[in-house]
Amino acid sequence: MSTAFSKRQKAGQRLVNVAAGAALLYIFIPIFVIVLFSFNEPKGKYNIKWQNFTLDNWANPFIEKELTSALWVSLRIALIATIVSTILGTLIAMSLSRYKFKASGAVNLFLVLPLTAPEIVLGSSLATLFLNRSVGFGYVTIIIAHVMFQISFVAVTVRARIRGFDWTLEQAAQDLGATPSRAFWKVTFPLILPGIMAAALLSFALSVDDFIITFFNAGSLVTFPLQIFGASRVKISPQINVLASMLLFASVALMAGAMILGRRRERRHSGTLSK
Amino acid sequence: MTSVVSAGKKWGATLSSRPENVGLGVMLGLGLGAVALAAQWVKGPSSLLVAIAMLTMVVGLIYTAFAGGLEARKSLAPYGLLKPGMIWLCLFFLAPLWSMVVMSLSSKAGRFDFFPDFTWNFENYRIALTKFRPQFIRSFSYAGIATILTVVIGYPLAYFIAFRGGKYRNVLLGLVVVPFFTSYLIRTLAWNNILADEGPVVSLINTLHLTGVFETLDIMQNGKLMNTPAAVIGGLTYNFLPFMVLPIYVSLEKIDVRLVDAAMDLYSSASQAFRKVVLPLSLPGLFAGSLLVFIPAAGDFVNAQFLGNPQTTMIGNSIQDQFLRQLNYPVASAMSFVLMIIITIIVLIYTKFMGTEDLA
Repeated sequence: MSTAFSKRQKAGQRLVNVAAGAALLYIFIPIFVIVLFSFNEPKGKYNIKWQNFTLDNWANPFIEKELTSALWVSLRIALIATIVSTILGTLIAMSLSRYKFKASGAVNLFLVLPLTAPEIVLGSSLATLFLNRSVGFGYVTIIIAHVMFQISFVAVTVRARIRGFDWTLEQAAQDLGATPSRAFWKVTFPLILPGIMAAALLSFALSVDDFIITFFNAGSLVTFPLQIFGASRVKISPQINVLASMLLFASVALMAGAMILGRRRERRHSGTLSK
Repeated sequence: MTSVVSAGKKWGATLSSRPENVGLGVMLGLGLGAVALAAQWVKGPSSLLVAIAMLTMVVGLIYTAFAGGLEARKSLAPYGLLKPGMIWLCLFFLAPLWSMVVMSLSSKAGRFDFFPDFTWNFENYRIALTKFRPQFIRSFSYAGIATILTVVIGYPLAYFIAFRGGKYRNVLLGLVVVPFFTSYLIRTLAWNNILADEGPVVSLINTLHLTGVFETLDIMQNGKLMNTPAAVIGGLTYNFLPFMVLPIYVSLEKIDVRLVDAAMDLYSSASQAFRKVVLPLSLPGLFAGSLLVFIPAAGDFVNAQFLGNPQTTMIGNSIQDQFLRQLNYPVASAMSFVLMIIITIIVLIYTKFMGTEDLA
C-alpha cells in the first residue's frame, strides 16, 4: 500500500522540508543583516547601503553617548519592572493553578484581556489616566506601564509551566513535620523556580524591547527603543547594530545556558531515580 | 458606593460560615474602589470615603483570617494571592480604559484650552470613523493579509519542527524565537537595508527583468520595494511570525502520531490524513495564532512608519499622531476605543468557542 503513494508522499515531504527551511532562512536574513551592518562603514548618516568592512564600530560600541545612556535607562527600568511583575504574576499563577475557587474563570479572562488588547490602546489609555491626574511622565510611569503588561504575561507563563505540579508534595513535607512555610520554601519553591525564572527572563526581554506603550508614557525620558525611533529620522549609526547584536548574543547565550542547565538537571534527576 | 454597602452586608451574614465569599467580596470591592479612585468616579471628600471603605474591608479581611482559623485562611488564600496583581491591573489597565472613554467624549472649551472637558461630544467618534476610515480599513486589511501570510510561512515550519524535529525540537524552537530578542525596531529597520532601492532584492529583481511582474502584482511601485504597502505587510508578517509558529507547534505536538498511522491503515492518502486528522486537530493553534498575530498587527504603527509612505498609514499612526503630536486627545481616544471594541468583539467570539487556554 505504501508503495502506491510513496512517490507523491515523498514529494510532499520534501515540499514541507523545503518550506520549513525557507521559513527559517526568512526568519534569519534580517538578523544576518543586522550583524553584517554592524561591521559597515557607512558614508553619510544612514547605515543602509553596504560600503566597507570595518571593526571600528565594535571597537567603540559605546561611542554614541545618547544611545548608550538610553540602553542603561531601558535595562534599569526592565530590572525593576521585572522584579515587581514577577512577584505579582507568580502569586496570581499560584492562586490559579493550586486552588479551585469561585470566579477563577472570570479571573482567567481578565488576565488574558491585557494580552489581547492592542498595545496602542493600552499605551494611550494609560497616558490619558496620567494626564488626567497630572502625573509627571518619567521612570515611574514607564515602570507602571511595563509592570501592567508583564503581570498577565508572567501569570500566564508561570501557570503554564507549573500546570500538573504535584501539590501533594508540600502536604507530604508537612506530614513529615515541616511547617507550612518551610514546606513551601524547601519543596515547592525550588521546583517551580525554573518556570518563574523563564517567565522573568522573557518579561525582562519584553520590557527592554517595548516601544509602543513606552512611547506614550515616557515623557522626555528616552529608552533604547525610543532612542532608535527618534534617531531613525536623522541618523542611523552602525553602533545601533553593534548594541543590537550584543543584546542578541547575550540572550542567545542566556537561552543556551538555561537549556544546558535544564538538561543537566534532568539527567541528574533521572540518574538518581534509576538508582 | 452600593457595592461597598452590599459587601458590608455580606460580611455580617457570612463572616463565620463562608470565608471564601469574604475573600471574593473584598477582592471585588478593592478592585472597584481602586478603579473608582484612579478613574475619578469620585472626587474630593467622597474619595476619602471610598478609601476608608477600602481600608475597612482590609481590616475585616484580616479579622476573618485570624478569627476563622486554618480552614478560613485556606479558603481566603487564593484571593489573597490574586489581590496585589489584580489591584495593579484595576488601577493601570481598567481605570485607564474608563479614562479613555471619558476622554473620547470630551472637547476643549476654547482653542487655547489645554485640557478637554467631558461634554458628551460624539463628534470625536464621527471624525474617527469618517476622516480616519481609510486608516481603519488599511489596518484591518494589512493585518488580515499579514495573518494569512504568517499561516502560509509558519504552518510548514511548525509542522516540520513538531513531526520531523526529533531531538532537535527545542533547538529549532529556540531558533524561531532567538531573532526576536533583537530590538523590534532594529529588526524592522533591517528590512530597510534589504528592500532599499540599491539593495540586494531590488537589484536581483532588476537583473532578472521581473520588475514588470512585481509591479502588476502590486508588490513594487515605480520600481521600488521600499515605502510600499507590500513592504509594510511584509514587515508585519515578519515581526509577528513567531506568534503563529508557537501556538501551531503546541497543538501539533499534542497529536498522537498513531492517529495518522490509523488513517493511513484505513487507506487514506497522506494528504487525506493531513486534511482529515492533522489539520482539524491543529485548528486551535491556528486560531490562537491568528488572533495573536492579527491584534498586534492591526494596532501597529512601527512598520508603517519605517517601511511605508504617507499613503500606507495605519490606525496606529493616526492615534499616535493625534495623541502625541496634535495633542488632540479626544479624537485619539475615540479612535483607540473603536479599535479596542472591534478587537474585543473578535476576542470574545474567539474565547466563547475556544476558551482562554491556547492564548498562553
